[in-house]
Amino acid sequence: MARLPDGGRWRALLATPGPILADGAMGTMLFEAGLTSGDSPERWNVERPDVIRGVHRAYRDAGSRILLTNTFGGNRFRLALHGLDTQVAELNEAAARLASEVAHAPGSRAIVAGDIGPSGGILAPLGELERDDAVKGFAEQAAALHAGGVDVVWIETMSALEEVEAAIEGVHRAAPGLPVIITMSFDTHGHTMMGVSPEQAVKELTALGAVAVGGNCGLGPAELLPAMVAMHAAAPDAVLVAKPNAGLPVLEDGKAVYRGSPGEMADYARRLVAAGVRIVGGCCGSAPAHLRAMADALSVGSPGCPRVL
Amino acid sequence: MSDLTVLPLEELLEQIQDNLYGGNVEPVVAGVHELLRRGLTPYDALTQGLIAGMDVVGEDFRTGKLFVPQVLMAAKAMKAGMEVLRPLLAETGAPRIGTLVIGTVKGDIHDIGKNLVGMMMEGAGFQVINLGINTDVEKFLHAVREHAADILGMSALLTTTMPYMRVVIQALKEAGLREKLIVLVGGAPLNADFAKTIGADAYCRDAAKAVATAKRLMAEKMGGSLA
Repeated sequence: MARLPDGGRWRALLATPGPILADGAMGTMLFEAGLTSGDSPERWNVERPDVIRGVHRAYRDAGSRILLTNTFGGNRFRLALHGLDTQVAELNEAAARLASEVAHAPGSRAIVAGDIGPSGGILAPLGELERDDAVKGFAEQAAALHAGGVDVVWIETMSALEEVEAAIEGVHRAAPGLPVIITMSFDTHGHTMMGVSPEQAVKELTALGAVAVGGNCGLGPAELLPAMVAMHAAAPDAVLVAKPNAGLPVLEDGKAVYRGSPGEMADYARRLVAAGVRIVGGCCGSAPAHLRAMADALSVGSPGCPRVL
Repeated sequence: MSDLTVLPLEELLEQIQDNLYGGNVEPVVAGVHELLRRGLTPYDALTQGLIAGMDVVGEDFRTGKLFVPQVLMAAKAMKAGMEVLRPLLAETGAPRIGTLVIGTVKGDIHDIGKNLVGMMMEGAGFQVINLGINTDVEKFLHAVREHAADILGMSALLTTTMPYMRVVIQALKEAGLREKLIVLVGGAPLNADFAKTIGADAYCRDAAKAVATAKRLMAEKMGGSLA
């Protein structure tokens, strides 16, 4: 496949009118496919590529236009906890190729977002992770995602602005032309765990060059909605992203389940878009059925046959 | 720095608490030294100065006025003050606040929440032994024995790893260690029902709640001497 200029597909997607549907949860799907907790989901990029491809295909066919690579824990800091930190390049590049095969297949209109999650540490001087090491770690992951053909990088589930800055610097160092989407988790009194407000996030992250900004994970759509309203008020021109969990987890037989139904997620998808959000998706607990319902609610259609454009 | 020796005790304590709140390490240490110079027992310096200050931090964290960065800064200042007091507390036979062994259970590698609980507990004067992530039964039991722990804290962020808490509690019972031990559990997918089902003493929603619960249960255990 001929290589397009970095960011070309992202710009084309953004130029299409109307809301854009991202994808749903990866981890939730992998646990259902037999991933045992404590295992590295990223290992499956090389060991069970069929499963990863299947998840991407299910979301694409449900109407998702942005597929996130299976690399949330793919930085060296997280992989080290599984003894996989020497395989950052291999696992991330494989993940990017798997998502590209599905998103860039003939007839598909989806693009690939290289998923970068938190390091799991806190940056110095508050914590132990030196900023330089963090930048290098994120650059290493971004380089592999870029080599595997991602269209955009999506830095997600972040809590600290310092870490986001380090991640952006890492991405810019490794792949200067790749657009960067950033979402933080607003799960603590309307702020991130580290105390970042939605208003502060949208202003500072836009200033850092993010092409789209928003919230993901943490809580359900009901809790994310007010954060998105605040972001829109603070930065009306920013491209906003919302990727909430399918409600709050409840315990059933000692097992946490997300009970947010496809119908509820669809309802909130509409409300999020009405609040000024451009890109909507689902995080933990969201399956293809949720995304299909959201696609219908937003009238964004399936990949081959756009219903409303 | 202003001359601490001329401050009335009330103001000195208030100043130490303010400096703790702001995470100012050196002023907190200087304040603790001044309390000792005035003849306060190390235990009174700890409870009236440091712990009283951290109580405010904990309360403001609970209500969303402070967030993790401010709590970490305060905990660092608390730790510095505590380092001055710790050897003296042992020498003077001060009442024991308690010892906590804490870890994230086997199969689970999440540690920020658990570390925060550890730091807040240190801030409340507890001795804390942090076993890190992916902790198995043997490691928990060994640490509980070795440090004569009063409290065991277990953390899990995954629905698939939380059942391991039951395994640990069962092993404590079989080893005859459960009865004297307070077992606290926490983590995003847990709740009070789950804690009860697996035989823990309490579920703690967040770090501030963990400190409050630990203090309450320790007071009960010590026969109310700390209440």
